Amino acid sequence: MSIRERLSGNEAVAYAMRQIDPDVMGAFPITPSTEIPQIYSRYIADGLVGTEFIAVESEHSALSTCIGAEAAGARAVTATSSAGLAFMWELLHVASSSRLPITLACVCRALTGPININNDHSDSMNARDAGWIQIYAENNQEAYDNYLQAMPIAERSEVRLPIMVCQDGFITSHSVENIELLEDETVKAFVGSYEPENYLLKHDNPLAVGPYGVSSYYMEAKMAQAQAMVCAKQAILETGQRFGDLSGRYYGLFEAYRMEDAETAIVLIGSSAGTARVCVDRLRAQGRKAGMVKVRVYRPFPGEELADALKGVKAVAVMDKCESFSTHGGPLGAEVRSALYDASVHPLLINYVYGLGGRDFAVTDCETVFNALDEAVAADSAKPVYRHLGQRGGDLSGL
Amino acid sequence: MPNIVEIRWHGRGGQGAKTACMLLADAAFTSGKYVQGFPEYGPERMGAPITAYNRISDTRCDVHSFIYEPDYVVVVDESLLESVDVTKGLSASGAVIINSPRAPEALRPLLRGYAGRVCTIDARRISEAVLGSYFPNTPMLAAAVKVSGVIAPQDFMTNMEIAYRHKFAAKPQVICKNLTCLRQSMEEVQEG
Repeated sequence: MSIRERLSGNEAVAYAMRQIDPDVMGAFPITPSTEIPQIYSRYIADGLVGTEFIAVESEHSALSTCIGAEAAGARAVTATSSAGLAFMWELLHVASSSRLPITLACVCRALTGPININNDHSDSMNARDAGWIQIYAENNQEAYDNYLQAMPIAERSEVRLPIMVCQDGFITSHSVENIELLEDETVKAFVGSYEPENYLLKHDNPLAVGPYGVSSYYMEAKMAQAQAMVCAKQAILETGQRFGDLSGRYYGLFEAYRMEDAETAIVLIGSSAGTARVCVDRLRAQGRKAGMVKVRVYRPFPGEELADALKGVKAVAVMDKCESFSTHGGPLGAEVRSALYDASVHPLLINYVYGLGGRDFAVTDCETVFNALDEAVAADSAKPVYRHLGQRGGDLSGL
Repeated sequence: MPNIVEIRWHGRGGQGAKTACMLLADAAFTSGKYVQGFPEYGPERMGAPITAYNRISDTRCDVHSFIYEPDYVVVVDESLLESVDVTKGLSASGAVIINSPRAPEALRPLLRGYAGRVCTIDARRISEAVLGSYFPNTPMLAAAVKVSGVIAPQDFMTNMEIAYRHKFAAKPQVICKNLTCLRQSMEEVQEG
């Protein structure tokens, strides 16, 4: 029996945490994720959970706290954004290489500078090579659902990797919308308890965590991490299926919307996907064969699956809420382009950087992208293949 | 999307436009609607212009952008009419609802040619008389509900009473006054 509620994205994540009742939370406040530990600390004060809340002086310490707790065999969580995630950078790698399935709620916000509190994906995308599983939500419902699936994915013995559950700062974190919640007992049964095989403080088989890795073993450790990420894909699919059987809301690696006969398509991540879905419906009503792919899982990257989903289209726009200063596109664009290189058919591809620092993405902006795709199809050329959308001084890309 | 009602709030930091927007989302949710309520965040401080938005619909609202072509606009501070183009993109079949002691026709010339309905409500007078101090968002919320018709007035009053009982659990003496404030505003809002 689901519970009909209205919550912001942050409230939804805090609610999910309460239902799970993890052992430890280490957190330091930063906009726009502050509400998560704030709400959660109220749950603790009210005696609704047994979690040990460790107040720290920085995000570096927040994640260190989680690392210590997980290494000791506990289930640990944190939440952060932007500069907070950047300050965790060193420890992100310690967590993943130590194979500690910490759950981090990342409420995505632009990195400084100029200083900006609004949404883009420059924080989480900067951490894309840190060895964490990354799952993105379109709205508050998905932020909640993804959070409930995080531990069942990350804690599987063949995975044992930390997981970042991302949502768009303010756009979903501070927007109140309808949501369907599961009962507490249903959540507890779905998530289960954390029973690691080996951990630091296990009495009969104590374990060293984070020792030096000499050159003759270091590569094997990295291979094991890479193998775990391969295994994560199957774990994500199975967990998404199991969650669907429970809730009626099924999750895969990405959502392909009206892609069956699509001639042009937009690929994007997060809250913009809802806006793009509405745009696709409008274009379809005009007889234009538009489609949308919403990438849910960025790490592990579903390259082959995406290439397969895009094989029938003539032109695709890949949208990056992040500038990577490579001079030829953003991180999602690079991944999709790379995945298509090995495919047998190659659509024309334009990689847009958009929505930085909270720049709005409206249905009309999405139409602009589809119009550009139609022009590319007509001209049989996607050039310039790297563009910025909605720059006030015109599109400066392709320089 | 004919079944979506989109509302844009203009206020100044500290006046409670965001709170009113969230309360409207709450009341609409309780009456069975799908809702969005969200403010536009930035380097806000007391007195600076702020914007907040509502989408209210019979189906889930997928769009996650600001609202550029609202059906209704609520102006919580009359002085914004000088600096902000509050009726920008506003549907001619909709309405603008302004906190002002003046009659709608006196404000129409300030609205840059807006041809739709102009409504006014003296939120300051009602708030100061009923609540004893200036909280314009409560009367503005009621006026917005009355003019837009997004929630049936009786449903709205019932839902707000529940919401206030929750919000003001620690100071129940203000619940009745706030409800009076809402009722009076719905009765007094002027349509021009």
